[in-house]
Amino acid sequence: MATTSVSGNSRAPATAAGRLLATAVANPFGTLVVLGLAYLAWTLGLPIVDWAFVNATWVASDRAGCNPDGACWAFIVNRLPQFAFGFYPEAERWRAWIVLLAPPLLLLLAMAPDFPGRRRILVVGFCLYPIAAFVMLAGGVLGLAPVPSEKWGGLLLTMVVGLGAFVFSFPIAILLAIGRASKLPAIRLLATGFIEFWRGMPLIAILFMSVIMLPLFLPPGVEFPRLTLAMIGITLYSAAFLAEVARGGLQSVSRGQSEAANALGFGFWAMQGYIVMPQALRAVLPGIVNSAISLLKDTTYVMVVGLFDLLNIVNAALSDPAWLGLATEGYVFVGLVFWSLCFGLSQVSARMERDAERNQSRTPSGERKAP
Amino acid sequence: MTANASISVRSLSKWYGSWRALRDVSMDIEGGTCTVLCGPSGSGKSTLLRCLNGLEEWQEGDVVIGGVPVGYRAGELRRLRRDVGMVFQSFNLFPHLSVLDNVTLAPRIVRRRGRRESEQHAMQLLERVGVGQHAAKLPSALSGGQQQRVAIARALAMRPSILLFDEPTSALDPESVKEVLDVMIDLARSGTTMAVVTHEMGFARRVAGRVVFMDKGSIVETGEPDEFFDCPCTDRAKAFLGNIARN
Ligand SMILES: Nc1ncnc2c1ncn2[C@@H]1O[C@H](COP(=O)(O)OP(=O)(O)OP(=O)(O)O)[C@@H](O)[C@H]1O
Ligand SMILES: [Mg+2]
Repeated sequence: MATTSVSGNSRAPATAAGRLLATAVANPFGTLVVLGLAYLAWTLGLPIVDWAFVNATWVASDRAGCNPDGACWAFIVNRLPQFAFGFYPEAERWRAWIVLLAPPLLLLLAMAPDFPGRRRILVVGFCLYPIAAFVMLAGGVLGLAPVPSEKWGGLLLTMVVGLGAFVFSFPIAILLAIGRASKLPAIRLLATGFIEFWRGMPLIAILFMSVIMLPLFLPPGVEFPRLTLAMIGITLYSAAFLAEVARGGLQSVSRGQSEAANALGFGFWAMQGYIVMPQALRAVLPGIVNSAISLLKDTTYVMVVGLFDLLNIVNAALSDPAWLGLATEGYVFVGLVFWSLCFGLSQVSARMERDAERNQSRTPSGERKAP
Repeated sequence: MTANASISVRSLSKWYGSWRALRDVSMDIEGGTCTVLCGPSGSGKSTLLRCLNGLEEWQEGDVVIGGVPVGYRAGELRRLRRDVGMVFQSFNLFPHLSVLDNVTLAPRIVRRRGRRESEQHAMQLLERVGVGQHAAKLPSALSGGQQQRVAIARALAMRPSILLFDEPTSALDPESVKEVLDVMIDLARSGTTMAVVTHEMGFARRVAGRVVFMDKGSIVETGEPDEFFDCPCTDRAKAFLGNIARN
């Protein structure tokens, strides 16, 4: 780059402004591009800032109380509890709070500096979360008042469905990946058929099927709430995708690894659990996180079977007569919430990759051998 | 050491599809001795070794370890694998585990030994092969020779009754070859039953009780190392040794 020529033989200018000027003069084309971009950002960005912040209204009791030139965030603020928890009864909200805050806290822990036991807490935390969340929200045990799942909604529902389907689909995906690589034709065929079936169907069709058709196959008298049925569908859908990611990882583990494990007397499952899978999953970590991110966004499809996840509940609130015409605010809000969650996930993924890399490149030993 | 059971192979035959890789191979390895296998590429040395520790199934014949015959059926092969240690040409250490964990994993998981006991034993073995100070590192931080010595310690940790080596030094630079051979010589001298596929004549002359020469899936000639290398009886062995000498 031409910018490096500034630090040539001449004395470097003393002030920051001086240095900037010197750089600009040394690289006129770059300077032009930067100025052009700055102008664009100014003309396009300023109206957005005006709308979102300068002219925005944060406190109002209805649409009429909002400045018509700016965003009416008061709508979001007024409805925030509903967007967060759906129709979860107010007296039991503390349970919903716990379920809602646990995942972000786990994500923070995943970004925290390492300390002994951190990984264990994370793994156990994420694995237990879906079950614990279900028990916590549904109640009926441990002296918790029962709350039917029809009342769960908003971000709470998104969190439970997204994380739950992901965690449940993980072991299924691993089994499918192992099955697809099996030497036994029957198992291979079954796994492949399963994966292709669930991967090839649109999620919306899967959701309709699981909510409408699945109950027909259940024995009479057995009834599952719609949320459970939808979760089953999403879990299998996610398992099919994850299985292909895991299979990629399996293929990256060399045959020598399973041979060495065999030669040491490992059985099949011990070999998979201690030797092959840890390497396979580490190799495809970015793909796994990518799947998690797309699954989280795919949970918005549950609206087609009448569940009120974050997107659907905001959507429904848009038709409130007191707050008509605020679609932009509503969707911007939904977008920001999803974006933050996905951003958090990708940060965690980057962190895990950094950790793995550091582990692999620990300084090689200088000395050759003990004297 | 406990690794001193005898092993004998009785009329072993193995086919890959219609290709016959082993033809009626019979061989005895006396407890506490070292046998060197050699022969041209594709002669079936690796295949024989892999049958000896149950990595391959075979179709006819028996392997007898310490007087107990082991058939070719899957369940029996599992038992065979625990009692027979193997060291590979490409080390095959577990890259995601520290050197110490590489050595302790199998005793803990397969033999169900406690962590403390396994780690003590592992440290002894790592000291013995001269890589004790690297116990906490990952395998990728070690040189080839060091990795191969860790692999030997890993095999020993299972307290096998016999150790198999498949060209353990052919992936190493000359300096590392010596490190690894020194460890193997030490093992052989301490009375470990060993079967080693190698073309290292010096090693064979120093510690091997017997040399087995294979060609085209069968054993063509066996003899004492000095005898075999100095005046082989068969033409095929003569041609093979001539080739090695030329390289
Ligand atoms: N998995 C397999 N499928 C089919 N044929 C095989 C397989 N493994 C080995 N063979 C064949 O069996 C024969 C013996 O192979 P083996 O690997 O035992 O030879 P080797 O003596 O170890 O040779 P090298 O010195 O090259 O390692 C070879 O002809 C090889 O092509
Ligand atoms: Mg070979």
